[in-house]
Amino acid sequence: MKKILIVDDEPNIVMSLEYTFKKNNFEVFIARDGQEALEILKNQLPDVIILDVMMPMVDGYATLEQIKKDERLKHCKVIFLTAKNKEKDIEKGLSLGANLYVLKPFSVKKLVEQVQGLI
Amino acid sequence: MSSIGLLFILALYVSILFYIAYWAEKRSHSKWTNNPYIYSFSLAVYCTAWTYYGSIGVAAESGLSYLPIYLGPIIIIPTWMIILKRIIRISRVNKISSIADFISLRYGNSRFLGALVTVICVFGIVPYISLQLKSISDTFHIVTKTQSSDNIFTDTTTYVCLALALFASYYGTKYVDASEKRRGIVTAVAMESILKLVFFLIIGIYVTYFVYDGFGDIYTKASVLENFEKKNSIGDLTSGINWFFLCILSMFAIFLLPRQFHTAIVENNKETHIRTAIWLFPLYLLLFNIFVFPIAWGGNILFLGKGLNSDTYSLLIPQFFNNNFLTVLVFLGGFSAAISMIIVSSIALATMLSNNLLIPYGFIGSLENSSQEKNSKRIVNSRKIGIFTLIILAYAIYRIFILDYSLVSIGLVSFVVIGQLAPSFFGALFWRRGSKKGAITGIIIGFLICFYTLLIPYAIGITKSSSLFIQEGPWGVALLKPFQLFGLDYLESIPHAVFWSLFFNVICYTAISVSFKGNYRERNYAEMFVDIDKYITNHEDAFVWKGTAYISDIKKVLQRFLGEERTKRAMTIFNLKYNIDKNITTADARFIKFAENLLTGHIGTASAKILISSVVKEDKISLTEVLRILEESKENIIINKKLTDTSNELKKISNQLKNANLELVNKDIQKDEFLDTVTHELRTPITAIRAASEILHDDDDIPEELRKQFLQNIISESDRLNRLIDKILDLEKFETGKQKIYLSKNNISKTVEKTLLSLKQLIKNKKISIEFDDAGKEIKAFYDEERIIQVIYNLLSNAIKFSSETNGKISIKITEKKDVIEVRIHNNGKGIKEEDFEAIFDKFYQSRNQNVKKPIGSGLGLAICKQIIEHHKGKIWADNTETNGATFIFTLPNYNTTENY
Repeated sequence: MKKILIVDDEPNIVMSLEYTFKKNNFEVFIARDGQEALEILKNQLPDVIILDVMMPMVDGYATLEQIKKDERLKHCKVIFLTAKNKEKDIEKGLSLGANLYVLKPFSVKKLVEQVQGLI
Repeated sequence: MSSIGLLFILALYVSILFYIAYWAEKRSHSKWTNNPYIYSFSLAVYCTAWTYYGSIGVAAESGLSYLPIYLGPIIIIPTWMIILKRIIRISRVNKISSIADFISLRYGNSRFLGALVTVICVFGIVPYISLQLKSISDTFHIVTKTQSSDNIFTDTTTYVCLALALFASYYGTKYVDASEKRRGIVTAVAMESILKLVFFLIIGIYVTYFVYDGFGDIYTKASVLENFEKKNSIGDLTSGINWFFLCILSMFAIFLLPRQFHTAIVENNKETHIRTAIWLFPLYLLLFNIFVFPIAWGGNILFLGKGLNSDTYSLLIPQFFNNNFLTVLVFLGGFSAAISMIIVSSIALATMLSNNLLIPYGFIGSLENSSQEKNSKRIVNSRKIGIFTLIILAYAIYRIFILDYSLVSIGLVSFVVIGQLAPSFFGALFWRRGSKKGAITGIIIGFLICFYTLLIPYAIGITKSSSLFIQEGPWGVALLKPFQLFGLDYLESIPHAVFWSLFFNVICYTAISVSFKGNYRERNYAEMFVDIDKYITNHEDAFVWKGTAYISDIKKVLQRFLGEERTKRAMTIFNLKYNIDKNITTADARFIKFAENLLTGHIGTASAKILISSVVKEDKISLTEVLRILEESKENIIINKKLTDTSNELKKISNQLKNANLELVNKDIQKDEFLDTVTHELRTPITAIRAASEILHDDDDIPEELRKQFLQNIISESDRLNRLIDKILDLEKFETGKQKIYLSKNNISKTVEKTLLSLKQLIKNKKISIEFDDAGKEIKAFYDEERIIQVIYNLLSNAIKFSSETNGKISIKITEKKDVIEVRIHNNGKGIKEEDFEAIFDKFYQSRNQNVKKPIGSGLGLAICKQIIEHHKGKIWADNTETNGATFIFTLPNYNTTENY
């Protein structure tokens, strides 16, 4: 079973994502911000990480930087899922090494397809 | 009083004077030395020992005639606002340092005229200085009850002279540039003016109220004396005419006396000081004259038939009553009056002597080739020697001619001599046609007439009126009788001399000026003097000059007097002022004038012209050409001024535009940011709705419970969306001013309670304790209750969110202050960093600050609160005066005390 880590501080969005990915046979981990995510990543090596950008404490960009430093997480695919839709935000996200940049609001079905395409 | 004792007091007094001068010189830029009062009091150097003692003498001997000397100035002083201002401006831009410079410059840098004016002044003033010395000596002997000594080494006046010469030469020649201000001297003189007035008033009060029973008593007792009636009325037309001429004479004197020119013009450092002087100085003169009459007639009653010198009544009266203290006080006042006149006059005369006589006729040649140090030393030394010479000369006159004239008569003779400068002086200010030849002739003729009608008879001795020369005229020609020239027999000797000398002086001056054209330089300065207000800022522009001149040659001359450093600085200023390239090698008219100006303060106008002319090649210009150039330059100045004005106006407008543009750009950036954040904030609930709906739509076998949960999410996120939109619109309404505030009288503590009620459940859930001691109190204020509830709700719900998780506590305090009603809401949570105090009231502050996102709702709450409170004319801010947690405070105007409603 593939593992996925969802990092977002909006509980209602997280709920939809959790339901959908579980239904598509993913093992789902949830973090409410970057700090919690890094905490989970100490013990888990998910295949995919879905990252929001604007979160309290540690934001998405900073979280990705930390992930990229960790040798164990090299194989992880990272998807930014954010409402920041400016070109410079997208560029920044991709330049940090994200595999995909998905804009909110998003289609759940399409997101699942994109994630499956990645792995 | 013993001589030694009095000498000791004098020494002490003079050293205090030295100290004041020293102190003022050190603080030459402080307010204490540069104020209109110091200026006005220094003008009172006009009141010499003549005023101090002489007026009493005149009042005692001949009644009211002491008055015209003060009436003249009092009458003319109001015109100072125009005339004196003009003289000050002319002198300032041309660096004029004496009346000789002033007249000589106006009549084309005339060397001869400068020297002539100097000679006239020396002639008029030196005997006047002798007189001051005599008064010091006489009064000294009265106070010490001693006889004057024939040995100059035991005569105290010798030592007084030496001390004064030292003082004047030390503080009077500190600067080589004679147009510099001498704050030390001026402050000391002003101090002395105050002292002499105060001491005079003290003796006046003493005589009037202690010796006698007030003015009435003196009048009653004096009115029985012989001739009282006659002496104390103006009398017939003849006396009226006599009065008239004396008034005219003193009007001139207040402008022309070298010491007055010096204090009023050379030492003036702000035109506005005239404004104070025009009321303070006349007031000073009036105060000085209040007690002249009582002292004079008090003395007349007291010393009737004793044949004492009435000039010294003010000393004799206290002495008669054995009041030593007052006697010495009066003596010191008279001493002050005498020495300030001596000091200022000798400095003014010495500057004239060196700049207008010695340098241009004497050692100008040797100055041309010496170094700056040597030149400065020589100039200063020549002035020092000048001061010593003048004082010694005055001392000699005092010693050799036993002056048995009264103070007044010599003083008046001196006025008449100086008065000869009046036509050319006032002509310089108002009349363009006045010429050098006219001025010279006028002054010489006028002086000769005064010589004939005053000086010769005075030298023969007014007492020996049996002299044939006076009684019958030379060779028996009655028309030439010196006191009744051409048969004019109803004037007294002084008004008689004033009339004839000025009559011929004016006639010669005007007639010759009209008949013979002056040269172009005179005409050039005539324009500059008469139109000084036009040329005040760019006076070099008004100077007409044609020829070939090299800046390097002129620079060399300047360096010999100013030194390299100052020359360089002056030239930089000049280049900046006229926007001239510093690499230009040839000098134009403006530079020639500028250079002459720089030298004028050091060596006088005439010498400055001579020195500059020696290094340049000047072409002759015709008078008509000068007039044409002047006309053009006048037009140019006007056009230039207009252009500068317009360009300034344009600059101002373009700046305004730039600012407006900047503001717009800023607003644009703000708007972009706002839109950005708004769309982002709106997208978040939409995202949640979109995701949940998609799942519900696509997934049919979703468990019932989850299905309900997703639907619930959609509802709450829609509500969130709606709230957000409401708040944005709210804020927009406030910001654009569309939101109305409906003020009514409310009780603020009730409003707080209402708000608390609506938050009851939340508070209960978080187990927060509320502390609100002011509940139930009546604190009335005018506000829109719905809006203020919104504010309090926002602040309280923030406080609830942020107060500590366990035992959270919120306290609310309402204080009624004088102008405002203050509401403080405090929680014991984490607190706010001080650097964020202002930013938290910005829109979407939190979301912009990515690391601290969303502990609260929209990020618009505080921004709206701020708008509401500001619309109530109140204030809202955060503070951390309380040790832990955060405090928000807002105020509303307290209309109960300010009564604005």
